Amino acid sequence: MNRFDYVRAGTVAEAVQAYGTADRARFIAGGTNLVDLMKYDVERPGRLIDITRLPLDAIEDHAGGLRIGALVTNAALAYDARVGERYSLLRDAILAGASAQLRNAASTGGNLLQRTRCYYFYDTATPCNKREPGTGCPAIGGLNRIHAIFGASEACIATHPSDMCVALAALEATVRVSGPAGERMIAFADFHRLPGSTPEKDTNLEPGEIVVSVDLPETGYARNYTYLKLRDRLSYAFALVSVAAGLELDGDRVKTARLALGGVAHKPWRNREAEALLQGKPATRETFQAAADLVVAEAKPQSENGFKVELARRAIVRGLEQAAAGTPQSITDKRIQ
Amino acid sequence: MRLESASPVAADAKIGIRLTINGEVRDIQVAPWTTLLDLLRERLDLTGTKKGCDHGQCGACTVLVDGTRVNACLILAVMKDGAEITTVEGLGGLANGGAGSNGLHPIQAAFVEHDAFQCGYCTPGQLCSSVGMLNEGHARTRDEIREAMSGNLCRCGAYTNIVDAIEDVLQGEAR
Amino acid sequence: MTQHFSTTGHDTFVGSPRSRVDGPAKVTGLAKYAAEFTASDLAHGYVVSSAIAKGRITRIDARAAEAVPGVVKVLTHENRDRTAWLDYNYQDAVAPPGSPFRALYDDAILYSGQPVALVIAEDFETARYAATLVRVKYDTETPVTDVRQVEDEAYVPPKKRNGIKPPPKPWGDADAAFDNAPIQLRQDYRLAIEHHNPMEPHASTVVYEGDGKYTVYDKIQGVSNSQAYIASVFGLKKDDVRVMNPYLGGGFGSGLRPQYQLFLAMLAARDLKRSVRVVLTRDQMWTFSYRPDALQTVSLGADRDGGLQALRHDATGATSHFEDYQEVVVNWAGVLYKCDNVALTYKLAKLDTHTPSDMRAPGAVTGVFAIEIAMDELAYETGVDPIALRLRNYSDVDATAGGKLFGSKALKSCFEQGAERFGWAKRTPEPRSMRDGRELVGWGMATGVWESMMMQTNARAVLTADGKLEVGNTAGEIGTGTYTILAQIAADSLGLPMEDVTTKLGDTSLPEAPVSGGSWTAASSGTAVMKACRSVAAQVFVLARQMEASPLANVDFERVVFADGRIAVADDPSRSVSLVEAMRAGGMDRIEAVESATPDKDFNSAYEAYTHSAVFVEVKIDEELGQVRLTRVVSAIAAGKILNPKTARSQILGGVVMGIGSALEEESMMDHRLGRFMNHNLGEYHVPVNADIYDIDVIFVDEEDKANPLGVKGLGEIGIVGTAAAIANAVFHATGKRMRHLPITVDKLL
Repeated sequence: MNRFDYVRAGTVAEAVQAYGTADRARFIAGGTNLVDLMKYDVERPGRLIDITRLPLDAIEDHAGGLRIGALVTNAALAYDARVGERYSLLRDAILAGASAQLRNAASTGGNLLQRTRCYYFYDTATPCNKREPGTGCPAIGGLNRIHAIFGASEACIATHPSDMCVALAALEATVRVSGPAGERMIAFADFHRLPGSTPEKDTNLEPGEIVVSVDLPETGYARNYTYLKLRDRLSYAFALVSVAAGLELDGDRVKTARLALGGVAHKPWRNREAEALLQGKPATRETFQAAADLVVAEAKPQSENGFKVELARRAIVRGLEQAAAGTPQSITDKRIQ
Repeated sequence: MRLESASPVAADAKIGIRLTINGEVRDIQVAPWTTLLDLLRERLDLTGTKKGCDHGQCGACTVLVDGTRVNACLILAVMKDGAEITTVEGLGGLANGGAGSNGLHPIQAAFVEHDAFQCGYCTPGQLCSSVGMLNEGHARTRDEIREAMSGNLCRCGAYTNIVDAIEDVLQGEAR
Repeated sequence: MTQHFSTTGHDTFVGSPRSRVDGPAKVTGLAKYAAEFTASDLAHGYVVSSAIAKGRITRIDARAAEAVPGVVKVLTHENRDRTAWLDYNYQDAVAPPGSPFRALYDDAILYSGQPVALVIAEDFETARYAATLVRVKYDTETPVTDVRQVEDEAYVPPKKRNGIKPPPKPWGDADAAFDNAPIQLRQDYRLAIEHHNPMEPHASTVVYEGDGKYTVYDKIQGVSNSQAYIASVFGLKKDDVRVMNPYLGGGFGSGLRPQYQLFLAMLAARDLKRSVRVVLTRDQMWTFSYRPDALQTVSLGADRDGGLQALRHDATGATSHFEDYQEVVVNWAGVLYKCDNVALTYKLAKLDTHTPSDMRAPGAVTGVFAIEIAMDELAYETGVDPIALRLRNYSDVDATAGGKLFGSKALKSCFEQGAERFGWAKRTPEPRSMRDGRELVGWGMATGVWESMMMQTNARAVLTADGKLEVGNTAGEIGTGTYTILAQIAADSLGLPMEDVTTKLGDTSLPEAPVSGGSWTAASSGTAVMKACRSVAAQVFVLARQMEASPLANVDFERVVFADGRIAVADDPSRSVSLVEAMRAGGMDRIEAVESATPDKDFNSAYEAYTHSAVFVEVKIDEELGQVRLTRVVSAIAAGKILNPKTARSQILGGVVMGIGSALEEESMMDHRLGRFMNHNLGEYHVPVNADIYDIDVIFVDEEDKANPLGVKGLGEIGIVGTAAAIANAVFHATGKRMRHLPITVDKLL
């Protein structure tokens, strides 16, 4: 871990100001990913701005939905009664991720900003375009069992590791940010990026911008939803493939559908065409299969992760079945519903 | 030096913080890159809290910060200025008269009784995690306990005994 | 001469479930591990690891690191002090043949992650930071780390590893018999490279005592090994090096040999004449020992009823370029099964990695996994029940040892009791024939086997005038419960309550024991402690009989029992003397005895000794998504006398859990282009978590064994052996998919 200046900010404005023109400044809240990366010498901040004392730890009613302060911990969010009642998809996605200890420390804003778990990104002995632009991507043609099947580039095939963000993508949350140029709102779909030729940039945040809140819209899909996560052990592992599904049903027909995948791309992966395909169709396995086929049609697997295409296809079908039946995947009973 | 404003503290300076550790108030000068785990183990001789992975992937360093279980390895100590920390060394004192004649917290006694460890290295983290889990109050069934305790690896494989020990304490609380 | 106070005669504590005597220390954080001892002049070392797998260091620039305030020194191959010259001096007690790895020896890079520098600083954080500033330039060569790539160059190791039985000479004609057999099965099997990953990272704290003397706290499974290594490598007298390790945070074999952090900490301490601690990071736990990959082929020829006519097991195991690591991979089928035509071969292939090392049930995990899946395949091929097939081919003699009898073999009881407890009779053998909702249910079983060994071991017993007893030796307490069972044995041997017995372990000031490994510690240290206590008993008995008007006057030693702190006449308990009275009357402050236990030559010439198990498992697999849940395990164990059912059960649970990891999760992934393990962390190298582990039922079947006076055979390894095969067999039963490569991850099941 390198040497750095430490600043403790009391307000958002102070935090933004402290960021200023400092060399490699980073905001720190829960620290569960940043401190981890600093110990590996992957992150080398020149200045750490401690934002944990900012007044951003409330969950408030807002415009028919909820406004989640950026410092609300993952655990506080998951166990909030309003979230449990109206946004149980979000609750389940959070509880499917990490461990209780990490969820107690990790913040909402930090969850959005966590970085990939690509082996090569984490190991400074190897090249990595995300860590050191222009050095190459050894995951391509290397160990890529856990890597992206959608939206990857020649420069980077990393995935975004969050579970919570998959639910936020499905719910179409909005990210409120504040920075040197003031406050702005970013649609969740526009918050994270695909790697393209600049994989070092994970998000569309501008330098010095800080996540202030995540706003949930009114519709929470609390009746017909699921978060189905498939991984290499039954808990405390990142997703190979995860599916966040939310449906509004009209009798036995799909009125609206939301579908997002985790563990398969540089950002939570949505396919609007597949969601449109579901709309108005009977909520049957055949319909779900057609949607799943549409999603995976654009998959481009790597040398070792071809299985993810079929796993994603089947998981989408199963996830939509769970959502339609109103039998969301249990977090604690590991039998898949 | 206490830090009250948003002016940066230069990289070569130490920062004064106050922590209440196992009930004892301590004023400490700490570098900003010192984790709570390294502070406890290297500076305060509280080596009961273990370093297993130093990256939040094993749970051996689990302590209670203001009653909540967290991984001490991922926390910069300077950020917890003012917090109350409980480590395995302080669990007996947490028991509020519930500690047995041996000075053990009921969960510590249950771990011994159920042989919920072998080498003992993950044990302080398992214990603090158990107490944190009981404080949270979300886990009652064996399935729920297993999931809630999955952030604590045990390479000796004592998991079933750990669940037995926790169940025992839960049932004791229910009585 | 059989004496009454042997533990077999008067078991009060031995054989009964006892909580660990070291439990209170472990649950309160008072138990100290190697990195937790300190000194006022302690400096902290942080290892810089090689970024490449093969080549040479052309330049190390440590100037930036040395310029950091608080950095004491950066040690590299260019500036380090001399240590012993000859390879031989670096060979520890369990080293395989070859030239052991020497950290900072020269500019050659032998494997990825090899230590290339040690940064020593006043505090840990400064050392860690400065280590990132050390610039190392390399000439890089292409490494070879895939055993398949060098299979053609495999060789029979010219020098055998001490204690490892080479494959026996073939008997009959396995190839001809195979060609003629009505049923022929030949398949390849592989398990993934695994790393031990004890929860405690490897660490050494070297306290410089001045005057060329050192006290060393080392993460090791036997302190005598570290002491001898340090003395030999650094040219010190053993008396000048005291090594201690009262607690070990898990070893599983990784702590059998002194690892490079010990060498580096000693090197730095000697150089600086101050105390130094070196702790490895978790990712550096991938830079030394590992369970090696092996290419295995099993060929079974059988008659239509499953009777074996031909058996071949051929394996090529990986080793390093500098040592010939060997383990027993292929012998097990010859031990377990009766067959007239058998060929077992074992070769090595060299890779650009560190030398592999023993990892829990080394060789058996590898070989038995292959054989026991092959036997399941034969069961399906012939339509014979898997247990019936094993009984049909059951062997009452060890064919690999010229047909010697087994000292004991209660494997049939394991089959019977395990099957009964599991409900095996309700199994429908057809694959995919059992289900529970959307999950396919699979029931599988396998046999486990491990050698039962005893080693030359010394122990001391000291009885003091207050009636307290202390016993101990240098053996390592590796989590198995050694403190507890030795206290039980000692208490029974002298008829004392357990509270009056203290066990001391892991300190070279105590009599020497070998490293704790191979499941031999209970038999070896247990017997030595018993003998030392017996010797103390004989001495205190003499004092008791010499007392004025002694109630024991004219009574022979054979006619007394030791119980409740007293020596009493066996058939007249009213005639007794307390140990404290006897000591006082004799004017003795302490009675001390050091005794040695050695393997029983007569027994060993007549018998072979193994532990056995029958493992039954239930898997539930989501038919569509391939998620495996291991919902039930019954492990029936035949391991002689069980000294402490509570800690014994835990050892089996631990073996089973590690076996589950091996079967379903664990895999160190090597990027062969880089020659580097890439998932070198506990987030991406998956070991089982609590949610993975459902019910595990452990049965100890009765088994009487006479290899040692305690009748104990050892439990450290047997729990893991057979577990992975049973799981793979259950997966086949559930899905119809035969898994011959571990781990069984979802990609293999879709």
